[in-house]
Amino acid sequence: MTNKKKWLALPYFVWMVGFTLIPLVLIAVYGLTERGSGAFTFSNVLSIFQEEHLRALILSLVLSVICTLVCLLIAYPVALILRRAKVKKSGFVIFIFILPMWMNFLLRTYAWLNLLDDGGLIFTALKALGFQGNIIGTNGAVLLGMVYNYLPFMILPLYNSLTAIDDQVLNAARDLGANERKVLTRVIFPLSFPGVVSGITMVFVPSLTTFVVSDLLGGRKILLIGNIIESEFSIASNRHVGAGLSLVLMIFILISMAILNHYDKTGEANAI
Amino acid sequence: MKKLASFFGKAWLALVFVFLYAPIVTLIVYSFNEGKGRKWAGFSLVWYERMLHSSAIGDAVVNTLSIALLSALIATVLGVISCIGLSALKGRAKAVYMSINNIPLLNSDLVTGLSLMLVFVAVGLSFGYSTVLLAHISFNVPYVILSVMPRIRSMNQSTYEAAVDLGAKPIRAFFAVTVPEILPGVISGFLMAFTMSLDDFIITHFTKGPGINTISTLIYSEVRRGIQPSMNALSTVMFLSAILLLILTNVIPKDRRVKQKAAD
Repeated sequence: MTNKKKWLALPYFVWMVGFTLIPLVLIAVYGLTERGSGAFTFSNVLSIFQEEHLRALILSLVLSVICTLVCLLIAYPVALILRRAKVKKSGFVIFIFILPMWMNFLLRTYAWLNLLDDGGLIFTALKALGFQGNIIGTNGAVLLGMVYNYLPFMILPLYNSLTAIDDQVLNAARDLGANERKVLTRVIFPLSFPGVVSGITMVFVPSLTTFVVSDLLGGRKILLIGNIIESEFSIASNRHVGAGLSLVLMIFILISMAILNHYDKTGEANAI
Repeated sequence: MKKLASFFGKAWLALVFVFLYAPIVTLIVYSFNEGKGRKWAGFSLVWYERMLHSSAIGDAVVNTLSIALLSALIATVLGVISCIGLSALKGRAKAVYMSINNIPLLNSDLVTGLSLMLVFVAVGLSFGYSTVLLAHISFNVPYVILSVMPRIRSMNQSTYEAAVDLGAKPIRAFFAVTVPEILPGVISGFLMAFTMSLDDFIITHFTKGPGINTISTLIYSEVRRGIQPSMNALSTVMFLSAILLLILTNVIPKDRRVKQKAAD
C-alpha cells in the first residue's frame, strides 16, 4: 500500500522539473551563450562590469542594504513593544501592522506618488520649509518606497521570534541579577537572532531585485539592476545579457539564502 | 522611568502606524476628489463611475479573479495529492523533493518570472492567459504543500488503516478519514495560494502576453503614464476587499503557520 502511495508524489515532481528546475537551467543556458550563434561565452555575465550595469548593481546593493538596516531599526522596537503588550490585545495590533501588506504591492508604491509628487502633501510641506527640487526621481524616494513596502516583512519574523521567547527565561535572568539592559542585550537579542536573520533576507532579496519601486518613484532617472534586467527582457530584448546579469544577481540571492538556512533551521521565524 | 519608556514605546508605535497608513489614507481621500490633480476640488464619485465603465478595468478584474481561483484550485489538488505521496517517501528523496519545492518561495520573483518566461519561449507557447495561469499554479503549489504537510504529519495513520481494514476502499477511506483531518490545512493553503495569486505582479508581468492584463499589470501600465484617479478608486475598492478577505480568512481557519515570502 505505502509503496503505491508514494507514486502520488510523482505528478508534481514532474511539474517541478518542468517549471522550477528546467527554467533555472535555461537562465544559465541563456546567460552563458551568445545571442544568435549560441556559442558558449562569459561575456553576458561579464557585462556586469560595463559602467551602466555596474553602477546599477552598486546602487541596488547600497539601497537594499540601507533599506534592510532601516527596516530593522524601525521594526525591532515595534516587535519588542508588541511582545511586551502580548497579554493584552496584541493580536489586533499586529493585525494593524500587517494589514498594509495585504494591499496590492503596486498600489502601496503608487500611493506614495500622491504624497511625494509635485503638489502632493509632503512635497508642499517640504517646499514650505524651503526644500528645493523634486522628491520623485531621487534615491531617497526609492529608498522610502522600499522601506515602506518591505517593512512588514521585517516586523513579522521579528515579532514571531520575540513572542516565542518564554517569559520564564527572562525572569530567570532577572533573578540571577541581570538588570533590564542586560536582559535585553544578553538574553532577548541572542534569542531573537533567527528572526533577525530571516527578516533581513525577506527584506534584502526583494529590495535588491526590485524594478517596480524604482520605476514608479524614480521618475525614470534611477536605474537599479532590476530595471536593467527587466528592460533587457522586455524592451531591449537581449535576453542573453539579461540572463547573464540575472546569474550575477542569483549569486547574491544564494548567499543570503545560505545565511538564512544556516541560522534558521526550523523555518519557524518565517511563519505568518 | 518605566512610564517614560512606555510613553516612548507608544509614540514609536504611533509614528510607524502613521508611516504605514498615511499613503493609503491619502489614496482613499483622493479617490473621492472631483478634480484630476492634487488640489481638492470637492467630493465626487466620478472616478468610481469611470472605473465601473472602463472595460479595461473590468477585464483585468475578471482575469485576476479567475486566474486566482483556477490556479489556487489546481494548486490545491496538485499539492494535496503530492503531500499524500510525500508522506510515504522518506529520507533523502523527501528532503530533495522539499528543497525543490522551496525554491520558488526563496528565490526572487524577478528570477522566477524570467525563468518561466524562458521556458514558455523554449516550448513555443504563445503568451497570454494560459501562460499566466501555468506560472501562477507553479508558485502556488509550494504554499499549499507547506500548509498541508504539517497536518498530514501530525495525522494518526492508524485511523486510515483501520478504515481500510474494516473494508473501506482506499478512495473512500481517504475522503472519510484523511480529508476531514487535513481540511484546515487544505483550506488555509488554498486561501494563501489565492491571495498570492491576487497580489502577484512581477511573475505575471513576465509571463503575460500583450493583450491581457491583471489588475496589477493594468495599474503598472496606467501609473507609468502618470497619476490616474480611477486607479485611486480601484485601489480603494481593492484595499477594502483585502481587509474583508483577511477578516474572513482569519475567522475561518486558525491554522496559518506557513511561510510567506517577500512577494516581490
